[in-house]
Amino acid sequence: MGISNIVFAVLLIGAAALFGFQVSKIRRNILLGKDVDRNDRSGERWKLMARVALGQSKMVTRPVSGLLHILVYAGFVIINIEVLEIVIDGVFGTHRVLSFMGGFYSFLIGSFEILALLVLLACVVFLIRRNIAHIARFRSREMTGWPKSDANIILIVEILLMSALLTMNASDQLLQAMGSDHYVRAGAFPVSQFITPLLAGMSEGQLIMVERATWWFHIVGILLFLNYLPISKHFHILLAFPNVYYSNLKAKGEMTNMEKVTQEVKLMMDPNADPYAAPAEPTGEPERFGAKDVRDLTWKNLMDAYTCTECGRCTSSCPANITGKLLSPRKIMMDTRDRLVEVGKNIDKHGADYDDGKSLLGDYITEEELWACTTCNACVQECPVNISPLEIIVDLRRYLVMEESKSPTELTGMFNNVENNGAPWAFPQADRLKWAEEA
Amino acid sequence: MAEMMAAGDSPDVLFWVGCAGSFDDRAKKITKAIVKILNKANVKFAVLGAEEGCTGDPARRAGNEFLFQMQAMMNIQVLDAYEIKKIVTGCPHCFNTMKNEYPQLGGNYEVIHHSQLIQELIDTGKLQIEGGGAFKGKKITFHDPCYLGRANDVYEAPRALLEKLDAELVEMKRCRAKGLCCGAGGAQMFKEAEKGNKEVNIERTEEALEVKPAIIATGCPFCNTMMTDGVKNFNKEEETSVLDIAELISQAADL
Repeated sequence: MGISNIVFAVLLIGAAALFGFQVSKIRRNILLGKDVDRNDRSGERWKLMARVALGQSKMVTRPVSGLLHILVYAGFVIINIEVLEIVIDGVFGTHRVLSFMGGFYSFLIGSFEILALLVLLACVVFLIRRNIAHIARFRSREMTGWPKSDANIILIVEILLMSALLTMNASDQLLQAMGSDHYVRAGAFPVSQFITPLLAGMSEGQLIMVERATWWFHIVGILLFLNYLPISKHFHILLAFPNVYYSNLKAKGEMTNMEKVTQEVKLMMDPNADPYAAPAEPTGEPERFGAKDVRDLTWKNLMDAYTCTECGRCTSSCPANITGKLLSPRKIMMDTRDRLVEVGKNIDKHGADYDDGKSLLGDYITEEELWACTTCNACVQECPVNISPLEIIVDLRRYLVMEESKSPTELTGMFNNVENNGAPWAFPQADRLKWAEEA
Repeated sequence: MAEMMAAGDSPDVLFWVGCAGSFDDRAKKITKAIVKILNKANVKFAVLGAEEGCTGDPARRAGNEFLFQMQAMMNIQVLDAYEIKKIVTGCPHCFNTMKNEYPQLGGNYEVIHHSQLIQELIDTGKLQIEGGGAFKGKKITFHDPCYLGRANDVYEAPRALLEKLDAELVEMKRCRAKGLCCGAGGAQMFKEAEKGNKEVNIERTEEALEVKPAIIATGCPFCNTMMTDGVKNFNKEEETSVLDIAELISQAADL
């Protein structure tokens, strides 16, 4: 083992530790949410995860981006087998340690090269789609500034990593042909053979320089990218799986029942309840009705927020957004995540009970956005990783109505009608059968 | 229902008319069409009349959980008192709420939408339509109500009925799971839309009119209102009418 192996091992351990630390923060933040049971029906959940996350079944409903995404996804997963070899080589000072597999090794390396090229091309198309083609969902109000750069950074890094991998293989095969020490004859190079002319005429020393430089660039790039994930929308590559596993398995039309309200309504309707009885001692902390801030949401809502990769399929199918209203389901998810990150930072800096006087509702999401929703479930249907912006929207509405009595005037009228006449319009309940007389 | 109970009788199915079906002049026609079908097929049914109250759907979706639960529990008390087992609704919102949300509060019934009941009646031979009557060969497009389609995955029953009409069923660009909302859900029906550059029902009607249908069919009284307003907005009432599945079937069966 030489000095470079020690440097490599230190980098590897450091990167893994930093990543672990970042993930633990995200886990803590997600668990700030309220409890909800999503551990039932595990067989069904595994199947759903296999189909939707692993199998990308909801991605292909939009064929162009869906198929390109599958290329990048498959490339990412499969090329990572080579990263395993790179790590072993890096730590032990070996070179192409898995080459003992012979023909199969050549098959693997050849496949990686083809995939690397496909990933590279897909990323170029993605960059064009995001920056040049006029695709509405990439040009929304919330997609300026950091979210736009984030997407471009990810694509450019992937292009650089793939280019480094291919250049490394190109220099490697030239070194192999020269019979250079250390460079065992191994692998098949269906793509990088076309890069070799660019390196022709280089001396052995120069080629080793290129090979080493691209090798280090590739692996250090991956370690840096690993630690970029937790601060980026790209974290979806990990959270997509648990997030789909913990999907809502009930009918989309069913909204969660508020148990607290049920208790009160039951008491109200109980003919045996003693009207003069002292109210029961409250148990536990007084809770809000609905949600004002991220801690009032469930951990699944918060996991949804970290999983969102800002693709905007929800927004582009939202009837309110399509017709120019302020509401964008994607922005609801991004706001929830950004606020949660802020709350997490506050906890780190000032302790768990710190109140910065801000909240998700008001400082991030406005009432106008919330009241534009038709609860049509198109956003929930569209999301490739089963995120529900609708649950958050309804919970924020619940807070507005039940804690602050704030609703559009016409809705207050509708509530009164339902309460007094049993119908959303001001018709007397006694007239409900009038249609039969008119028949 | 009270009369039936007093006579010691019980219905096979309770027809839940809904607020729109009871009070809205347009939707009352749908109610009557459903009743004609039920009578024709000799279904023993009852309605609650003045004992029916809003299911609470718009209240819950607008965030008023208290009001929703009060409505729900009052309705559950009435339904349980009459020992109701099976309910057919004339509205996907009532259907969704009673089917999925009443069990949360102890109300357990078999709840179906009227398109499902009519399909059942035709499949079991209790109701016959010959040749599709007036609708034979006509271009019909179906607008999926969100609370029937996405919310409950009922896409086929209404389409199966349209096929019985021998009509030409044409789909809009956005249909089934990708169907666009009419704009009425989530209590929007009862308020002005938020500021935007277009009304949702106009966007949807535009899309429906692109396929140049003689009829826009739907299965929800609120969608019906929204689409009817949309068609009027484009002055297309002459060429295109908006009808409920139940109206199509009852007219085709000459009821």
